[in-house]
Amino acid sequence: MSWLDSAASDTQIRHRSRLWLYVVTGLVLAFLLIPTLIVIPMSFSASQYLEFPPRTWSLRWYQAYFASADWMQATITSFKAGALTALVATPIGTAAAYGLHASRLRAAGLIHVILLTPIIVPVILVGIAVFYAYVQLKLVNSLIGIVLAHSMLAIPIVLLIVASALKSFDMNQELVARSLGASRPRAFFLVTMPQIRFSLITGAALSFLTSFDEVIVAMFVSGGSNSTLTRNMFNALRDQIDPTIAAISTLMIVVTSLILGLPQVFGKSAAGSEQSH
Amino acid sequence: MPVTAIPTEPTSQIPNAVELKWDHRLERWLLLGLAAPAVLLVVVMMIIPVGWLFWLSFVADDGTVSLVHYRRMLEQPSYGRTFAATFQISLATTAICLLIGYPLAYTLSQLPRRVANLCMIAVMLPFWTSLLVRTYAWLVLLQRRGLINTWGMELGLWSEPVTLVHNVGGTLIGMTHIMLPFLVLPLYSSMRAIDRDLLKAAANLGASPTRSFLSIFLPLSLPGLLAGSLIVFILCLGFYVTPAVLGGGKVTMVSNRIANDIELFFNWGAASALGVVLLVLTLTLLYAASRLLRLDTIIGGGHTR
Repeated sequence: MSWLDSAASDTQIRHRSRLWLYVVTGLVLAFLLIPTLIVIPMSFSASQYLEFPPRTWSLRWYQAYFASADWMQATITSFKAGALTALVATPIGTAAAYGLHASRLRAAGLIHVILLTPIIVPVILVGIAVFYAYVQLKLVNSLIGIVLAHSMLAIPIVLLIVASALKSFDMNQELVARSLGASRPRAFFLVTMPQIRFSLITGAALSFLTSFDEVIVAMFVSGGSNSTLTRNMFNALRDQIDPTIAAISTLMIVVTSLILGLPQVFGKSAAGSEQSH
Repeated sequence: MPVTAIPTEPTSQIPNAVELKWDHRLERWLLLGLAAPAVLLVVVMMIIPVGWLFWLSFVADDGTVSLVHYRRMLEQPSYGRTFAATFQISLATTAICLLIGYPLAYTLSQLPRRVANLCMIAVMLPFWTSLLVRTYAWLVLLQRRGLINTWGMELGLWSEPVTLVHNVGGTLIGMTHIMLPFLVLPLYSSMRAIDRDLLKAAANLGASPTRSFLSIFLPLSLPGLLAGSLIVFILCLGFYVTPAVLGGGKVTMVSNRIANDIELFFNWGAASALGVVLLVLTLTLLYAASRLLRLDTIIGGGHTR
């Protein structure tokens, strides 16, 4: 093959001598991708042992999921918690990012570190600490408890995303708006926000997913009629391998992909239409 | 008689400079106030409760201040085993990630950007898939009647189902799968930043491809390698879900033990003490990493220039 003897780099290495490297890379990429993706076809298997490829296709695990009141309730709780977390963490995190960016005080550096602690401290410690606090505050097994804890975990993510967007944003634009008579909030909402919209939507999407995928804190502080989907999945996994979870996993992959697609759809097209004005 | 006294402060040309300066300072503090809700949430939900646990770890069961929970950690061999297991599993995961992540990052850094970006999607996809979903996927693949065992027996590689999961091996596979992107991302970006002209110069001066890789590319990729490995190792120390599910109760890392202390024994003191040790370990390593890496990027920057 001629491709094998063509140059792979500027230093006279041919693709042929790198063939083993390509094979290794392919194998590692397969290792990363296949386990997650293979669950999707397996969830349509009729067998208890989830064959691949399925000998007989069926929707029985999806039926089992949609017929179960427990799974349905947990799914609703997870969606509520995720949406509320995005609603709480995005504005709070954005306000913090903006404040820290605009104030340029030395104290801002310290506050930045404090706000990053939720992703630094091991999650198990956050879990038992929040649990301990909720026992005193009587917030265990409540939706508001889950939302507050998950918002706290999502704040660093929103902060990092919005802060990096502001770093590349020219703040003089706000100055111009204000010199033309706009108040600071008006300047932010009319000038800055539309331009960092992509980051804001990304922050909201990742806040939703932080809550939607979170297991450990939910394990401690959610329960009863407010237990989350991940908590129920985790408990089911510890007992036995329930094929229903393959169906749920497939649906979760779909939800994750849709949520991650949101910024691409809304953030970018909005920015594009602004340019065409 | 002088009617007006024009202020002639040496520092200010503008009449109300002092007031303006105070206005400006006030505004900056008000802006900082925008961070207050976030700070409040983090302090109330995390810093105070963690502080509480810190205090609890020094309180004995009878309510007196003591080091009993920490002393127990040193005296009971089971704690030693938990810490040993945590370190061994974290080290092994980091080593496996290095072994398979370096060739991957290297190849990606050599490919044309468009192809590399496509491959990066493959690296990022599992990154954003729920951890629980991925752990479940491995459980399905590795179980006794799972895909790997079925295929292995059909191909005649082994005749009896092999125990692949609910042990240390299964835990390592699952953790490697989760941690690999954390190694590959910093490594890839540090490899992309390496100046290709240096390799051309080495080849020009007669170095073989192996030689120029070993004495030029490898040393220049070390900062990224170190950053990635440290992140992987630190994150591994706090793992809970993967050892709990894929370890099948046979693998007890520090986090699993903390959860057991709370869920089974309601022993807040013991759990808090373990949590404090885990936190101190994590923070120390992070601090060391930040010092080490800043040093390295300075050295690395010196080399490339």
